[in-house]
Amino acid sequence: MRIDLPDPSLVVLIGPSGSGKSSFARAHFKPTEVISSDLCRGLVADDENDQAATGDAFAVLNFIADLRLAQPRLTVVDATNVQREARKPLIELARRRDLFPVAVVLDMPEALCQERNDMRPNRNFGPHVVRRQRSQLKKSLKGLGREGFRRVWVLRTPEQVDAAEITRKPLWTDRRAESGPFDVIGDVHGCYGELVELLGELGYEVAPGGVGVMPPEGRRAVFVGDYVDRGPDTPKVLELVMRMSEQGTAICLPGNHDIKLVRKLKGRDVRITHGLAESLAQLEHRPPEFRERARDFLDKLVSHVVLDGGGLVVAHAGMKEEYQGRSSGRVRDFALFGETTGETDELGLPVRLGWASDYRGHAAVVYGHTPVAEAEWLNDTINIDTGCVFGGKLTALRWPERELVSVPARRRYYEPAKPFLAPEDAAPSVAQEDRPAFLLDIEDVAGKRIVQTRLTRTVTIREDQATAAIEVMSRFAMDPRWVIHLPPTMAPTATSQRPELLEHPSEAFAEYRSSGVARVVCEEKHMGSRAIVIVCRDAEVARQRFGVDTGDTGAVFTRTGRPFFDDRALTEGILSRVRTAATQSSLWDELGTGWVLLDCELMPWSAKALELVRRQYAAVGAAARAGLGATLATLEAASARGLELDGLLDRQRVRAGHVERYTESYRRYVWQVDGIADLRLAPFHLLAAESGVFVDRDHGWHLDRCDQLIAADPDWLQHTERRVVDVTDESSQAEAVAWWEAMTGAGGEGMVVKPWSFLAHGRKGLAQPGIKCRGREYLRIIYGPEYADPSQIDRLRGRGLGRKRSLAVREFGLGVEALERFVRREPLYRVHECAFGVLALESEPVDPRL
Amino acid sequence: MLLTISTTHRPATDLGFLLHKHPERPQTFGLPFGQAHVFYPEASRELCRVALLVDVDPVGLVRRGSGAGSFALAEYVNDRPYAASSFMSVGLVNVFKTAMAGTCKERPELVGSAIPLEASLPAVPARGGESLVRGLFEPLGYSVDATPLQLDPQFPEWGEGRHVGLRLRAEVRLADLLNHLYVLLPVLDDDKHYWVDDTEIEKLMRRGEGWLGQHPERDLIVRRYLKHQAQLYHPAFAQLDETAPTADHGDDEEREEALEERVSLRDQRLGTVESVLEASGARRVLDLGCGSGALLARLMRAGYQEVVGVDVSVRSLERAARRLKLDTLSDDRRERIKLLHSPLTYRDKRLVGYDAAALVEVIEHLDPPRLAAAEQNVFGSARPGTVVVTTPNVEYNVRWETLPAGNLRHPDHRFEWTREEFAAWAQQVGTRHGYSARFIPVGPDDPEVGPPTQMAVFER
Repeated sequence: MRIDLPDPSLVVLIGPSGSGKSSFARAHFKPTEVISSDLCRGLVADDENDQAATGDAFAVLNFIADLRLAQPRLTVVDATNVQREARKPLIELARRRDLFPVAVVLDMPEALCQERNDMRPNRNFGPHVVRRQRSQLKKSLKGLGREGFRRVWVLRTPEQVDAAEITRKPLWTDRRAESGPFDVIGDVHGCYGELVELLGELGYEVAPGGVGVMPPEGRRAVFVGDYVDRGPDTPKVLELVMRMSEQGTAICLPGNHDIKLVRKLKGRDVRITHGLAESLAQLEHRPPEFRERARDFLDKLVSHVVLDGGGLVVAHAGMKEEYQGRSSGRVRDFALFGETTGETDELGLPVRLGWASDYRGHAAVVYGHTPVAEAEWLNDTINIDTGCVFGGKLTALRWPERELVSVPARRRYYEPAKPFLAPEDAAPSVAQEDRPAFLLDIEDVAGKRIVQTRLTRTVTIREDQATAAIEVMSRFAMDPRWVIHLPPTMAPTATSQRPELLEHPSEAFAEYRSSGVARVVCEEKHMGSRAIVIVCRDAEVARQRFGVDTGDTGAVFTRTGRPFFDDRALTEGILSRVRTAATQSSLWDELGTGWVLLDCELMPWSAKALELVRRQYAAVGAAARAGLGATLATLEAASARGLELDGLLDRQRVRAGHVERYTESYRRYVWQVDGIADLRLAPFHLLAAESGVFVDRDHGWHLDRCDQLIAADPDWLQHTERRVVDVTDESSQAEAVAWWEAMTGAGGEGMVVKPWSFLAHGRKGLAQPGIKCRGREYLRIIYGPEYADPSQIDRLRGRGLGRKRSLAVREFGLGVEALERFVRREPLYRVHECAFGVLALESEPVDPRL
Repeated sequence: MLLTISTTHRPATDLGFLLHKHPERPQTFGLPFGQAHVFYPEASRELCRVALLVDVDPVGLVRRGSGAGSFALAEYVNDRPYAASSFMSVGLVNVFKTAMAGTCKERPELVGSAIPLEASLPAVPARGGESLVRGLFEPLGYSVDATPLQLDPQFPEWGEGRHVGLRLRAEVRLADLLNHLYVLLPVLDDDKHYWVDDTEIEKLMRRGEGWLGQHPERDLIVRRYLKHQAQLYHPAFAQLDETAPTADHGDDEEREEALEERVSLRDQRLGTVESVLEASGARRVLDLGCGSGALLARLMRAGYQEVVGVDVSVRSLERAARRLKLDTLSDDRRERIKLLHSPLTYRDKRLVGYDAAALVEVIEHLDPPRLAAAEQNVFGSARPGTVVVTTPNVEYNVRWETLPAGNLRHPDHRFEWTREEFAAWAQQVGTRHGYSARFIPVGPDDPEVGPPTQMAVFER
């Protein structure tokens, strides 16, 4: 006997003790696929035959079976299962997971069962047991189908058992092996002319009259259903899709209208509403055989389909992750009608639940059913019913290209119950009013996470890091829709051994040299604050691309995602200035984009940190000046009267000199800001735009673009001085060192050394994206006013850079990944996961002086 | 950091005997964190001045643990080497121990006498400013000259910082002056560089003997000196009360009455929330933004079937767990209370299915764009039958005498609304999510500016 098991499914073995269930299971299934009641008894009671443990044992059995079906995996239950009460929970289990329960019955002769039991120790429970079990089985046999088993196979002799051949059949919905490419086509509703035109656009050759269709090489159409009703020529549409289905050039899914038509054609009592009358009238002109063929065709359509290795799911009204690739009444209902609350709105239309806004599945879901003005991705789902029959357009999604192709409706064939096209064509999409897409779920960020990134493979976010970041993100950060990138932390150079210096360019050059990076760029640091600036061409771009409809035209935020300014007008003023420069330097057209993300420094430092400067730096300076001033005067008086204090006096004079230079250091980064004109912005990376994430362009490209921008507003945008260095060439390095020395000698902050190519791979993966090399004077405000004193500096050299360096690379990987996901139009939660990850890693305790 | 002490007692050089430090011989002492130098810039019959210079090694300081506040670099760029703090106290006790104990073999008669002394400290960190400096030293008989230090002469608009230049003059016993400085310098700074435990109480009692018990700022001195640790300052108060049983109990009763008269606004707010929740008939309630659990504690006593405290701050939840004594509750009561770490701005399905939710003084801590996300989470996703929201009424702020005009009540408040703004928001939320909103005043309902706290009750 051939047993075609649906895979996955719940396989329930039924048979009395000694009927050979375990042997059968061993012969045909992997040991891990079989859960036996004996095993579970052993797990909970240390004794496989302890009948007192039966209740607990089945609790374990059901629990394991449930988790396996959730995956889903084929699962075999090895227990006698001869009683209806024993089978019932298993059937419910399978149904709850929307999979089929199937039964394999081993109805062996009583003598054989008895004989086998006698041969086994611990099974001497007397002949009455097997006899009772067999009689219970006999009573059950007929009703197994009615109980809910989708298929039942009964084996009555050992010979039959031996001859049984088991095959596994994927569910009808499982067509993962088919990888396309596909063209998924939205609700046609009898719009034959538009359908032919759309197929033409897609490169399909449709023979006149629709007798044959030649798809472009290798491509196939997938219809989301609703072929019929409302439109001008339902029969011709049916004819075409049936032909394509027969030819194997189309996969057809059922829509709710199609199913209603089937019911009518089967003679059921159906209300003739929502355009069914048009279909029936048109079909009247066709012979009865056509109607029968159409009826049978539509009746056999499978609820939904999983394609392309599990990456694509198509269903008429959508499909949530838990139902994908499964089969049950409610899965079919979901596929046909979507998830509804059971209520109807004031127009009598069903109130829908926002399954798409909750969607976090791995597969893209393409569906139709509810007309929308524009097809838009939401959490990797897209509704491509653009209401052709209502005068909208007929839309197809090319897969895997994810391109949308549309043809406009030739006219409005039917009045929609609800106006789905607002007065202007650029209506707010249905998606936007249906769902709060900005509402991220706590499950998107909480707990330990492993984030896949392109550049650094996986980055692990520990639970405690995530917990810390949740607080920061939710209390202080910007609207997460803007936070599509956070810059990484940056490690300083290996510690220099030169006297009076902690950092020197030669260590940075040496590091890149030994990582196989020959060409680097040194960029001046401005001692401003790191700022991420996102500028949109206008508020409409912000609304469409970022989903922000507050009228904001961009964002300026810090490296921890906090808004740079509380004052919205100030932010908009800055954005407007950058926008004007971008327009003048033709940035929008050159990059083919409506927005750009710039990595910048914003000066002065005191614009963001004035309180810090006052409370911390100036207060220390004031105390130091007063304290050391009085100390010097006192020492001088004592010395003047002949006390031997020269050593002490000299030392305090040196200290006073340090404090003086410290004060000069912080003063350099402070100026009064009364308005935008007093600020300076120095862009140095043009990280991303609609056309891409530009980490594959070298720093020459980035600096060029930034320079073009700066040229448009040179008084306000600040140029970043740079030197390109060949780290294998002595004189090239010497020139850069001299430049650095001049810059830092005059009190400058220092510079950042980066691989010229932007991305560079070293021996151990990605090389540091940048290494900072800070000036001696600047470091006074980091390491303390007197750090450079010989008595201190040598003890400061023992600083550990390892953790900071490792963080820098991981955060860089996450930050770039966030941008790449955003540019690929991945769902917000996927972008946010990466940006959030940067914040989470930043909660790691690291020496803040690095 | 520098301390100089001078006297015009005749002969002034007796100061050297009192301090056990020879005026003509500079000395250096080792300290756990650096060095102390003692020398005399002046030593004549008429005027003798001693200088104690405490040199702190800044690199050695850095080993201290975290918890230094919001800006971690503060540990490295700080005033400790320059300003007189607990480092000076340790310097004093190391260098002038005998003098502080009030012993002097050479001039025994001088030890017990008040002599004219002047102490000068160029930089003292004073949390509480000049007025606190006066409040601490004037009751002890000093004439106080406290000059706040200008932050930076190049930026006069920055004004003055927390440091003062301090000069104290009095006819006082030298030992007393040293002990006063020993105790009050760290009190002014409101910090200590070392770990404080109960041996610190003993030090305070010894150094404060004879003056601390009667000092009008006694409570502040004790609390600050013991780093605000309740398990330390309560025993310290008890000891001081024992040794100085002069406390007037009549005062206490009066004080209590005054307290009862004005039940705090916070209590009124929590009480009103409690009443509204009770009236709603809710059995399972959420306290969204529960903080350290003040409302939770009340709700637990009220016998709800389930009370869930939700907060974005893990530290707040830990405090709430301690306050509610979660780890010692019976199983039955433990099952009825839950604490969840969750930010309101991320949708959380664990909040679905409750009868009522309270957001007490929460929304004003959210940036307006994030408030929309919180609104979705609470009214769109969790959808409890009743939602109680309280928030400050900004109009009332003019009635707070202590609040400078235009200031918000709390530095973390992102906004404070007028009654009209709050009502408009509540109406919109109601319309968007199918709730009706009504308003209840909390606190005295001023005819002109309304109540200090406004409350909206949303019902589905």
